[in-house]
Amino acid sequence: MRRRVFLVPTMLALGFAFLYVPILTLVVFSFNNSRLVTVWDAAHSPTLKWYVELFQNQQIIDAALLSIRVAVINACGAVVLGTLAGLVLARFGRFRGRTLLSIMTTAPLVMPEIITGLSMLLLFVALQQAAEALFGTSFNRGVTTLTIAHITFSISYVTVVVQSRFAHFDDAIEEAALDLGARPAKVFWRITLPLIMPAIVSGWLLAFTLSWDDVVISQFVAGPGSSTLPMVIFSKVRLGVSPDVNALATLMVLVVAMGVVGSAQWLQRQEKRRQREIQLAAANNSG
Amino acid sequence: MPPRSGRHARPEPPASRLASAWAPLWQFFYRFGPPRWSDYLRRHWIGKPLVIALPMLWLVLFFLVPFVIVLKISVSDTVIAQPPYTPLWEWAEEFGSRTLVLKMHLRGFTEMLTNSLYAQSLLYSFKVAAVSTFYCLLIAYPMALGISRASPARRSLYLMLVILPFWTSFLLRVYAWMGLLNNNGVINNVLLALGIIHDPITMMHTDFAVYIGIVYSYLPFMILPLYTNLEKHDHTLLEAAADLGSRPWKSFVRITLPLSVPGIVAGAMLVFIPAVGEFVIPSLLGRPDQLMIGRLLYDKFFATLDWSLASAVAIAMLLLLVAPIVIFQRMQSRELEAKR
Repeated sequence: MRRRVFLVPTMLALGFAFLYVPILTLVVFSFNNSRLVTVWDAAHSPTLKWYVELFQNQQIIDAALLSIRVAVINACGAVVLGTLAGLVLARFGRFRGRTLLSIMTTAPLVMPEIITGLSMLLLFVALQQAAEALFGTSFNRGVTTLTIAHITFSISYVTVVVQSRFAHFDDAIEEAALDLGARPAKVFWRITLPLIMPAIVSGWLLAFTLSWDDVVISQFVAGPGSSTLPMVIFSKVRLGVSPDVNALATLMVLVVAMGVVGSAQWLQRQEKRRQREIQLAAANNSG
Repeated sequence: MPPRSGRHARPEPPASRLASAWAPLWQFFYRFGPPRWSDYLRRHWIGKPLVIALPMLWLVLFFLVPFVIVLKISVSDTVIAQPPYTPLWEWAEEFGSRTLVLKMHLRGFTEMLTNSLYAQSLLYSFKVAAVSTFYCLLIAYPMALGISRASPARRSLYLMLVILPFWTSFLLRVYAWMGLLNNNGVINNVLLALGIIHDPITMMHTDFAVYIGIVYSYLPFMILPLYTNLEKHDHTLLEAAADLGSRPWKSFVRITLPLSVPGIVAGAMLVFIPAVGEFVIPSLLGRPDQLMIGRLLYDKFFATLDWSLASAVAIAMLLLLVAPIVIFQRMQSRELEAKR
């Protein structure tokens, strides 16, 4: 019995060490003076020179701005389409094409990226040709094709999140509103949407991250001159380790950590406020 | 057409219009012309089909149609042209008149089957994915078990810690291992300094490095389904077993493990399938002499411009990977039905 109690927490601690030590080394070596990322130059470290170099690298800054733009548009588009798909799958019962829709929203979750990327590129090539044949001119692959591709694979993640949220709340609330005379559209805006809002927010963040992170599909569909940040990092890192990438990684980790801690605190405050409101309501009822 | 009554009655033309010389025209128009938009929308509410159609159309156009195109190109031949493949159909003067000729080439598939490079690369990818999935399970299972048995407050903290790395860039997490595994990397330096080894161990550009990269990147995808499953287990089962004198280890093997099989299968699929087609991790950490199938496809497409071969490889990968998904979903739906 004692061995078991001891074993599982040890494995948990080791597992978390495995998850976090590599990230920590990235952060530590971003302050290293030496160009050799992994050899600590104790005489001249810590230093911020790689951060300075990072902010002077116009290519990386341009790529980061492009990535943010694509990720924001992608997240908004994917949230709209993914929420609709989640609503349809969770609430509309049986209709023609339901199986097709549910396959199309789950398949991208497990599809190897390389196949998605290839098929999207071939579609855009075919569309380019069709435009050439029909109108005599064609479009270039670039930011638009990139965004369309990102939206397409982000939809499924939003759909899954929204659909599971639907599964977890009682549709009796909606029926009650309908019984009390609210129109379906009003029920949607006043009841359904606020209830699934947490799922929509996390779906948005998920879609943003997926787009911000994607290398393979972007590599296929992006045209010349539309390199996103991961594409630039990938081509840089392929040649070997470089300290300004460490600096970039540290900044990203910082932003993510701040975001997560901030949202955790916000959730806690919301929960406290809800508890207080429940208590107040109970006090008013009894008094 | 009888006049409608009630809320949806058609509006009468205004008096000023009935007084003009065009009165009959207005009457006709108000009777049979398009009604006010608000009325029209209320009567023929097309919201539901529209809500279904929007995501459906997007996904059909940008997800389904592309696969049809891949299928089409996989049965074409490669030519030096723009785009570099032969058309599937064309109008030609044959049989004495203009005929639509359908030309299918199986060169992509025959080359894939006859050239051992592809089968070997595919087998290697499956091996790498299987071994990584196994290691992933080995690390994830105790972690998921530990999280599911922690107190509720601890539990959400642990879950957050599992998900947190997922929000930081995947590419940079793989990059972190480049710095750790190098010949003059952190691990070798530490081991050398401690005197455990005297020459650096070669870890970069080996299978081992790819396993580590995949396990590290996909660990949350294994932990989360396992946790979801383990959390639902009924603790009284284990207590009953303990009361009846079963040792904890035996209870684990006889009760917890069999009950968690669906979680294991779900997690293994989420790791195995993307790992087979993995491109970034083997490019950065893997062996240069042994390409995984994803890299081979990429090279065939961009370096050799052999689009039909690349499409054939994609089709083969899809068939080999989609089959297990279909079987798995069948299994799951049968299980659900059995429960009802």
